[in-house]
Amino acid sequence: MSYMDKTTGIPEQGITPPIPDTGEMPDREWRKDDKTLTNAELTLEEQDWFCDARPTPAKPAWGPVEKFYNWARANSLWILAFGTGCGAIELRPLVTARYDISRLGMQPRPTPRQASVFMIGGYVSIKTLKRIVRSYEQMQGPKFVVAVCSCAINGGMYWDSYNTVKRIDQYIPVDVYVTGCMPRPEAVMAGFSKLKELILAGKAEGQNLYAEKFDWYKANQKQVIKDWNMPDYNW
Amino acid sequence: MSLVTKLIWTFISLGIVTIWGLTLTGIVAKIFARVQGRLGPPVWQPFIDIIKNNAKRTAVSHGIMFYLGPVFRIAGGIGTYMFIPAIYGSLYFSNFSVSGDVFLVMYFIFFGQLGMALGAGEGGHPYSAIGVARGLAQMTAFEVPFALSVISLAVQYHTLNITEIVAAQQGGILSWTLFTNPLAVIAAMIAMLGMNMYNPFSVVIAPQETPIGPPTEYSASFLGMLATNRGIFNAAKMVLFMNLYFGGATNLVEMIVKTFCIYFFSVFIGVAFPRFKTEDAIRFFLKVPTLVGILAIAVFLI
Amino acid sequence: MKELYDTISLQFTLKDFHQQKPNLAFATAEKQQLIALLTYMRDVHRYTHLVFVTAVDWLEENRFQITYMLHNYDIKADFGIRVMLDRDKPVMESIHHLWEQGRVYQRELHEMFGIDFPGSPGVNEPMILEGWQGPPVMRRDFDTAKYSLETYDHRPRDTREPESHMKEKLYPED
Ligand code: SF4
Repeated sequence: MSYMDKTTGIPEQGITPPIPDTGEMPDREWRKDDKTLTNAELTLEEQDWFCDARPTPAKPAWGPVEKFYNWARANSLWILAFGTGCGAIELRPLVTARYDISRLGMQPRPTPRQASVFMIGGYVSIKTLKRIVRSYEQMQGPKFVVAVCSCAINGGMYWDSYNTVKRIDQYIPVDVYVTGCMPRPEAVMAGFSKLKELILAGKAEGQNLYAEKFDWYKANQKQVIKDWNMPDYNW
Repeated sequence: MSLVTKLIWTFISLGIVTIWGLTLTGIVAKIFARVQGRLGPPVWQPFIDIIKNNAKRTAVSHGIMFYLGPVFRIAGGIGTYMFIPAIYGSLYFSNFSVSGDVFLVMYFIFFGQLGMALGAGEGGHPYSAIGVARGLAQMTAFEVPFALSVISLAVQYHTLNITEIVAAQQGGILSWTLFTNPLAVIAAMIAMLGMNMYNPFSVVIAPQETPIGPPTEYSASFLGMLATNRGIFNAAKMVLFMNLYFGGATNLVEMIVKTFCIYFFSVFIGVAFPRFKTEDAIRFFLKVPTLVGILAIAVFLI
Repeated sequence: MKELYDTISLQFTLKDFHQQKPNLAFATAEKQQLIALLTYMRDVHRYTHLVFVTAVDWLEENRFQITYMLHNYDIKADFGIRVMLDRDKPVMESIHHLWEQGRVYQRELHEMFGIDFPGSPGVNEPMILEGWQGPPVMRRDFDTAKYSLETYDHRPRDTREPESHMKEKLYPED
């Protein structure tokens, strides 16, 4: 099979890549105006239940205060682990006695509302992507995403699967990738240290990125999720 | 002392007790971790968590009651503390103990949970509702032995004023309620296990099965508020128990040592035992501890 | 199990007997007789447990093969009954009235192979592929790699031949 050019990795002819990221908002019929979302896929009754506000980028606090906040954020990472694939099994050694991430101030958190790191553990199928988007949007910012496993980066061994997305960063912003199939707990911890560095440097602004390029992300999500039956943005 | 100075001193003591309560939480987390063979989070981790939670940029609210839930909770915590004399005989740390008695304090212990139940209910998350139902059921159950024990104290000392109860216990270790009325102390200490919600009575917050219990939907600064309250409330309860059963404290160091020891009792049980189901917990509280409490009253009535 | 096969053969048209293990055998049945055969096996020969229902796509012969695996708890033996379907018109009778769990297998087969089981409850609902719009995915003429490349974006990357790459990296002067 030669779908991929061996040397450059660029797919051959006849392939429709997702909408290119040109920075401008694509004109979609589901966008009423710049302020509200239409939630067009929901029934009229359901539209009443959900908020139609768009996410807005949040301004960081005043310099030194933000630095202090970032220090607190970096030292109190609460993880929402989404065990999408086999890589999620690595979270168990992480929280138990051998690698014990709680000494770094991290702890697993069972609800997206309270977590600040979204850990995606493995391949992402379309069905899971729906849940990922929902959980990600329900997290309160600033929120960070760590994608563990090769499958989350480029499809890994599921590169030719009909139901697995490659490149999660086209659907939600990802701060840190951890390679490996599956990565050792040490590698995951190295990923978290990297995330800490990013937060301390004030560079982990995935939430603002998501808010700014919301239309691009939404368009990508809707392109692969064919039965979109949830609100456009469920905070 | 004018009311204003008293208020200021009360808030200073509230600040101290908050810091102590949060440190206590940190120490306990560390102890739990060491028992499980881990290193555990640093002792100051609760403070970082609270800062982080308050530093969140967004927070989601589901309505007015949802806002008021944590407010009620923290009002319950502060209210509990306000009417307990933290240090016996101290002009500055006796709070408003002259204006309220032990029944008011018991009411405040209950009050926070009820407010939380309303708030969490408006969040609309089914797990919140489960947590609330379990929490209220368990609380009603452990309130029975605790109330019996307090009534026994009232019969014993002929007063409900906490300061007077502490005053009656002065003069040597043997005049503590622990030795003058051991049955009441047993009932109350078992009730305290339920109050602190460590194992075996931790099914309310059950972090694995129902995410985190009532505060499932609470995020950001709401959660920060709840965490702060956990510090205040824990310390206030310990101070209350110290006053009622362990002779109170005459200085700050004594208070800290005594509250730590009382708290450690519940931690000790917590690391050693598995968890009760809710109905088992209720059954447990309504059996032996209740009987012990009734006995404690009966002994003094006869 | 040969005796069992011979006994059944008195009443039903069976062929291709194949004994795989002492307690595992297969035979191919007629499509029209299948329900009667399964009922007979279940009620008379006490093959009471439906282990699984699965399908094989014989693309070259233009056929689907459905295998019903039955288990007898008394003698601890399995008997697999195969039926062949026309690949252009894959319709099979439902067995959900014999075994309630059969409908789950049928739903799966409907989704994965596009085999229809009229009358089976909920057979048209999606099972694991939510909102799938392509062809049934387990059919062998569905090219999953091609579909994947056309639908999802790839992360561009450098792919190198390890041998020559390391040579270049370590001994650039050669
Ligand atoms: S990279 Fe390997 S371990 Fe991780 S999800 Fe993919 S196949 Fe599983």
